[in-house]
Amino acid sequence: MIDFLTSRGFKIFFALFIAALLITAPFYLRNFGLYLIAMWLVISVAALGLNLTLGYAGQVSMAQGAFVGIGAYVTGLMTLAGVPWPVAFLCSGLLCFVIGWVLGYPALRVQHHYLAFVTLAFSTLVFLLMRNEEWLTKGIYGLTDVPRPILFGWNTGKAFDFYFFVLGVVTLLSLGVWWIIRSPWGRAFVALRENPVRALSLGVDTRRYTLMAFAMGSAIGGFAGALYAPLVQFFEPNSFALPLSLNLLLMVIVGGGGTFFGPFIGAATAVLLPEWLRIAQGYYLIIYAIVVMVLMLFCPTGIMGLGDRFISHFRQKRISAERAEKAKDMSQQEGK
Amino acid sequence: MMQPVLEVTDVSKRFGGVTAVDGVSFKVYEGEILGIIGPNGSGKSTLFNCVLGQLNPTQGSIKVDGHDVTGARPCDLNRLGVSRTFQLLQVFPELSVRDNLILAGQEHEGTMLDRLLGPRDAGLTASANQMIEFFRLSHVADEKAGGLSYGQQKLLDAAMAFMAGPRLVLLDEPAGGVNLTMLGHLRDRLKAINTEQNATFVVIEHNMEFVMALCNRIIVLAEGKIIAEGTPDEIRSNPEVIEAYLGH
Repeated sequence: MIDFLTSRGFKIFFALFIAALLITAPFYLRNFGLYLIAMWLVISVAALGLNLTLGYAGQVSMAQGAFVGIGAYVTGLMTLAGVPWPVAFLCSGLLCFVIGWVLGYPALRVQHHYLAFVTLAFSTLVFLLMRNEEWLTKGIYGLTDVPRPILFGWNTGKAFDFYFFVLGVVTLLSLGVWWIIRSPWGRAFVALRENPVRALSLGVDTRRYTLMAFAMGSAIGGFAGALYAPLVQFFEPNSFALPLSLNLLLMVIVGGGGTFFGPFIGAATAVLLPEWLRIAQGYYLIIYAIVVMVLMLFCPTGIMGLGDRFISHFRQKRISAERAEKAKDMSQQEGK
Repeated sequence: MMQPVLEVTDVSKRFGGVTAVDGVSFKVYEGEILGIIGPNGSGKSTLFNCVLGQLNPTQGSIKVDGHDVTGARPCDLNRLGVSRTFQLLQVFPELSVRDNLILAGQEHEGTMLDRLLGPRDAGLTASANQMIEFFRLSHVADEKAGGLSYGQQKLLDAAMAFMAGPRLVLLDEPAGGVNLTMLGHLRDRLKAINTEQNATFVVIEHNMEFVMALCNRIIVLAEGKIIAEGTPDEIRSNPEVIEAYLGH
């Protein structure tokens, strides 16, 4: 059973099953359902970026929400000015990459909660800029009527079309992140998280990888923002204030930091679960909070970690049984 | 005259009013196994950390193959062919044994961009497998390093130091906490690498039997200074060393 669950064939089957669900879902959902799943996908991308910085490279960041905001504002302002969405999308990622690289410098000097406070200060700074620089961001009135892209004559204005557009872009971004974490860079990021001193002694340029982890995670946050802007079409600075960064942190931790699928699961618990719990009316936030607390209490490595524990438990049991069997055979042979 | 692989000249390291290493000079030649012994607090590990760029020496110079590397970063030194193990175990527990070894070699392969766009194993699976076999870790090659026994992790730690085919390896208490069977195995592997690849080692060790059997030459440190230097037999019979460290 465990061998089957961890086999390559099962993983491919499971991936195809999820893909089929995501492709067929729009045919059974109304506009709000489509909006919700598109939002889950977009927020998953933002969490994927944070997962690269925090889950893989071990660098705490409480600024991912700010990068989603920067990406959203860049794309919103550019597309409102008539710039095509793909150009705005690339500019959002590039700007966040550069800012993320600069924000990575404090991580070369401070770690853990000290670093968290540096990024928290940055997040507040970005929020204040968005709110106060009205000449650029329209302040608390926010940006309205952000257009949805038209790509090679395909107008993604309707919810149905826009959903497939988001699905396509998110798939490409996810494949990109998957490639990074499967490459030697992913291994170097894990080394950075687990033991930077040893990594350095093995030739891993921890300074460069730290900056790269921040820059890439931030750029992916910016890309998420570039999708967020045309999805909601109206946003204001509060959308990207500290609660979003905290929520993204929660998604990575609840889903399972340092695993590829963790952010998707984490984003599902943060975006979809509260909606499903709405039948509980006023109690839904209480139930949601209790679910998260219980999960963290019994599985600090997140939902993906729970799966890993389940698999290693049964593997260990089997190995012990095999060892006992071997020892029994040997003692029988010695007896003869 | 043959150029030394490592040349340490008049190196000192002070922490405030405490002088941990005091004007130490020595040379290590290709194929040599140099042992550094001394009581706790004699400055052995501080000296190692100065040589390996983990600490900046207060004075003195360090040369590798004639190039001045004083104050160079550990990653740059590693790429120059200087590798090390630590006193306390330093493997990556969440990575498999094979991935630990690939990591230990991957930064020597191509540029950062090559490593991003190239194959996942940086073309090192075959070398990692060879190293796994050499250190007799084949049965745990796919296990997470954190799940191995202490002795196995110690072997992996040593294997990682050799993965990139270094010119010089500095081993900080390789025998610490290792049981007798594993210790003999570790000594055999180190001797084999030294003989087969003409590798050069500097070893800090408290286990006298291990260090006397492994090293060609030994330096004795006490209170940050070299108090004796010679072959294992000369060190064993040196009255100053017996007084300061070995005892009667």
